[in-house]
Formats: sequence, structure tokens, C-alpha cells
Amino acid sequence: MTESTIPGALVQGAENDVMEALEADVAVPQPSRARDSMKIVLRFVVVFVLFCIAWEALKFIAGSPWRFSTAEGAWLNLLWFPPLDFKIASDLNMPHLWDIFGALIQPAQRNGPPLVNVLAQAAVVTMQAALVGFLLGTLFGLALGTLFAHSTLLERALVPYVVASQTIPILAIAPMVVVWLKAGWWSVAILAAYLCFFPVTINTLRGLRSPDPRAIELLKSYAATTWAILWKVRYPSALPYIFTALKIAVTTSIVGAIIGELPSGIREGLGGAILNFNQYYAITPPKLWATILFTAVVGILFFISITLVERLMLRNMRKLEG
Amino acid sequence: MSVVTIQSVNKVFGKAPNQTVALKDIQLEIQQGEFVSLIGPSGCGKSTLLRIIGDLITPSNGTILVNGKPARQARVDRDYGIVFQAPVLFDWRTVEKNVQLPLEIMGKSPGERAARANKMLELVELNGFQKHYPYQLSGGMQQRVSIARALSFNPQLLLMDEPFGALDEITRERMNAELLNIWNRTKTTIVFVTHSIPEAVFLSTRVVVMSARPGRIIQVIPIDLPQPRDVETREHPRYYELITQVREGLRGSGGERE
Repeated sequence: MTESTIPGALVQGAENDVMEALEADVAVPQPSRARDSMKIVLRFVVVFVLFCIAWEALKFIAGSPWRFSTAEGAWLNLLWFPPLDFKIASDLNMPHLWDIFGALIQPAQRNGPPLVNVLAQAAVVTMQAALVGFLLGTLFGLALGTLFAHSTLLERALVPYVVASQTIPILAIAPMVVVWLKAGWWSVAILAAYLCFFPVTINTLRGLRSPDPRAIELLKSYAATTWAILWKVRYPSALPYIFTALKIAVTTSIVGAIIGELPSGIREGLGGAILNFNQYYAITPPKLWATILFTAVVGILFFISITLVERLMLRNMRKLEG
Repeated sequence: MSVVTIQSVNKVFGKAPNQTVALKDIQLEIQQGEFVSLIGPSGCGKSTLLRIIGDLITPSNGTILVNGKPARQARVDRDYGIVFQAPVLFDWRTVEKNVQLPLEIMGKSPGERAARANKMLELVELNGFQKHYPYQLSGGMQQRVSIARALSFNPQLLLMDEPFGALDEITRERMNAELLNIWNRTKTTIVFVTHSIPEAVFLSTRVVVMSARPGRIIQVIPIDLPQPRDVETREHPRYYELITQVREGLRGSGGERE
């Protein structure tokens, strides 16, 4: 953003502080967005690598005994007995990273496709339900928040119930929704929406009430309708609050969808995969770990999408003082 | 013709035991083309009075006429523009979009909005800053955008609530001169709330001195300094006499001392 050009007409007759202000504008360096994103990715990779090193280091010190190479006749064929023995670091609790990543490329079932393919298909199923749930929950949350922002009576009357709805474990609600809507894709989306709408409601309410009271007075002085005030001032002011909620909601929607799949009897999603590999954890722990990893990646992808939309929409929002 | 008529206006905040009388028995008539300053100690209800004129607060009783109409009707007819102490610009809108906001709400066409906004930005000497965002401007410039916005729909009355209170002394004096310039060119009636005595005297045709709780008008001082006013006005012996006169008026007003 280097649109600060000094208009010729102003240069001659301009007062000093105008010039100073202008020069200050020009001088503010605008960091390139591409370099910013690179930094974020780099930081993520560095932390990930450090985490992997720490993981393996712990196993090296206190994990189960293991061989450096299992291939016959390898140049290094060393059996390693770690000096300490922590239960947490055993191969059952913390599989080796190469076993986890290896599990992804090995067939999930004998002669079947590799696990990564199975999980990718499962992720698509879950993501669809999560996305629909997220959209439904967001719309519901926005509507509810808007309603509350305009009616203190409704806010006082209904917010306790909204809060109560969130203290009920989703596992208790899930069977009811499944019976009500018949087991299937829609009930999963509804359960995801159920987990999503709360942060959106609360933050929308807060955001809509965030504008300076004088901004509202200003709009009233133009005889603006409530509707105009909502669209021209309240929603734009609420956007940063709403995006914060969306980031919470979008990750929660995946949890909601996964949990929703369990009582719905949907086996094709990540929920089904988790349930399945849970049962075989004692035999093949890396598969469950690989599934967890995959789920996390899906969550991060959802989160990043929201962050990108946020950046796009809020690129010119810089808070003024006072 | 009188632009603002205030008859026996009272304003009481709160309920029975904890009542605060903000304004008591206010009578004031403001003629077209006048520049009237309301001055008084903090808490004297001058901002409340300004908001009552703008129908942003309803008086407890009394009558307010703006352009001969009840204040509510005047607000609905968009008869006045308002400027606050803070610029209250919308950070997601460019300078020109901020100035166009009232016109948008009034449903004017994009072409007309742009033309009006450009004209107003020229008036406040901010031509060339159309595409800037508010955070890229200095405090004085932001306040000028806010004045351009208030004047964008050609209101006959401009209400200003300590508009330069947050600016430094140097910027403030320059903004005073610019405001008089705008006033001379637009012939808008201005009601101006301030707690700076020199500012009130320099700008106004009349200074209304108010007292603290309950807010009452204790004196109305006509400012007979020659027009148009400029740097020399501030050196005029009469300027100092009037400043003294306002200060003495305020001394009788009670309330917190500075």
C-alpha cells in the first residue's frame, strides 16, 4: 500500500503539519504480505521439526528398546536400550514418528488402499458435514447475536439457556438428534452447528455493541434506520469480533462432526476411522496416531481458510484512537 | 429568522431520590447565520443542551424548535450536521467514503455523492486525500474530515461538541481560523460547545455562559469584534476585554474550578 502521493496543489499552500503527516504516511513501511506468509509457514515448520526432535529424543532416552535398522545385512544394525524407562514413552503410548508416517502409506487393511487414501476419503465426508454445520451454526449465531444486540429483554431471557445448551455434553444430545433427524449426514451437520453457534452468538453480540456511542448518535442525526445503522456501523465494527468467533467455531465444527458421526452410525468419516483404530490401538497404535494427525491437518486447513478470509476483509481495519 | 428556539427547557436525569438536574429553565434563540458558543464548567450540561437541539436526547419538558419545526422533525429532515470531540470516523472507510456516509443513508446517487464529497474535501483543504484511510491522517486532518462529513448534505445548522478539544494548541488555532473561513463561505449557523474562553471569543458572534448543576444560562455576551476575523483579531484590545468579561461571567457560575 503505497498510495500516499503528495498532491501538487497541497504542496505549495500546505501547512507544515500536513506535510509532516504526509511524510509520516509515506515513511511507514508496509511489509510485503508474501514475506509475512513465508515467515508464518517457516515458523510453523521450525516448531514442528523441534517437536519431532523432542518426541524422538524422549523415546531415545526413555522409550522401548529398538533397532536402528531391521533390514538384514544393513551397515548399521544396532540394538538400542534406552537408559531410562518411562511408560509414557513406550512404543504403545508414543509410537516412533516413522511408524506413524509409515502407517499412512501402508495399506489400512490387507490388500486395501493405503491408509492415507482411506483417511482422505473419510476427511472429505467429515469436512462436508463440518462445513455445512459451521455455516448453519454461524448463521444461527449471527441471527441470535443480532437479536440480542437489539433487545435487552430477549438477551436477559435467552442467554442463560444458550449458556446451558453449551454445558450439556454433545454426547448426550447426539442420540436425540439422530433419532429426531434419522441417522445420517444431516444429523452430523446439525451436531456440528450445535457446537459452533455459541462463540458466534456471544462475539456477535459483543461486536455489535462495540461501536462508540457517538457513532450511533451520528447515524441517528442522519435519521438513519435501525437497519442502516446495523449494516453501516454495527456489522463492520463487529467483524473483528465475529472473525475471532469463527476461528473457534470452524475448529469446533470438526469436533462436532466427528462426535456426531459416532451415534449416527456413519462409518465413512473420520469419526468412524477413529472409532475403528481405537479398537485396534493395542495392536497398531500408529494408525490412530496417523488419524489424529490427519484430523489436526483438516482443522488447521479450516482455520487457515478463515484467517485468509479475515485478512482479505479486514485489510483496511486499523483502529483509530479515541 | 430564528434557526433554533429553546423555550423553558429542563432536563432531569435519573429517578426520584437520585435525580440530577442537568438543565434548568433554558431560554435561547439563535438567529440564522449566527455563531453561538456555549461555555461553562464541566458538568454544566452544555453538551446535553447541544444533544437536545439535535434530538439525540429528549428534554424533560420545554419546547425546542429547529427551523421552526419540532426538533424531531428537524432531525428527520436532516436539518443539522454534528461534529463531536472525537472525529468518529469509520476506520474501514476511506476519507471520501466517510464523507459520503450521510449521503449514502439519504439514498443519493454515487455520482452526486462523489461530487459532494470532493467539494467538501476541497472546502476543508483535504483535496487529494480521498483514497486515504483515517489512520493515515493526523488528528487535525481527521477532525476536518469529520467537519466535511457534517457539511456534506448542506445542513443549515452545524452542531459542534468541543470539536477541537483533543487537538494541540497550535493545530487548534489553525482549525479555528479554518472553521471561520468555512462559516463565512457556507453561511451555516453554528452552535459550538467549548470550554476554552479564547476559542469562544475568537469564533463567536455570541457567547452563552452557563453555570454548573443545575445548568442554567447566566449570561449571554455579544462578541462585537470586527468580521472577518483573522490573526489580528487575537491582538485586538477588545478581544482581551471580552475574554475578561467571559471569564468574570464564568467566575460567577460556580462548579469545579480549574
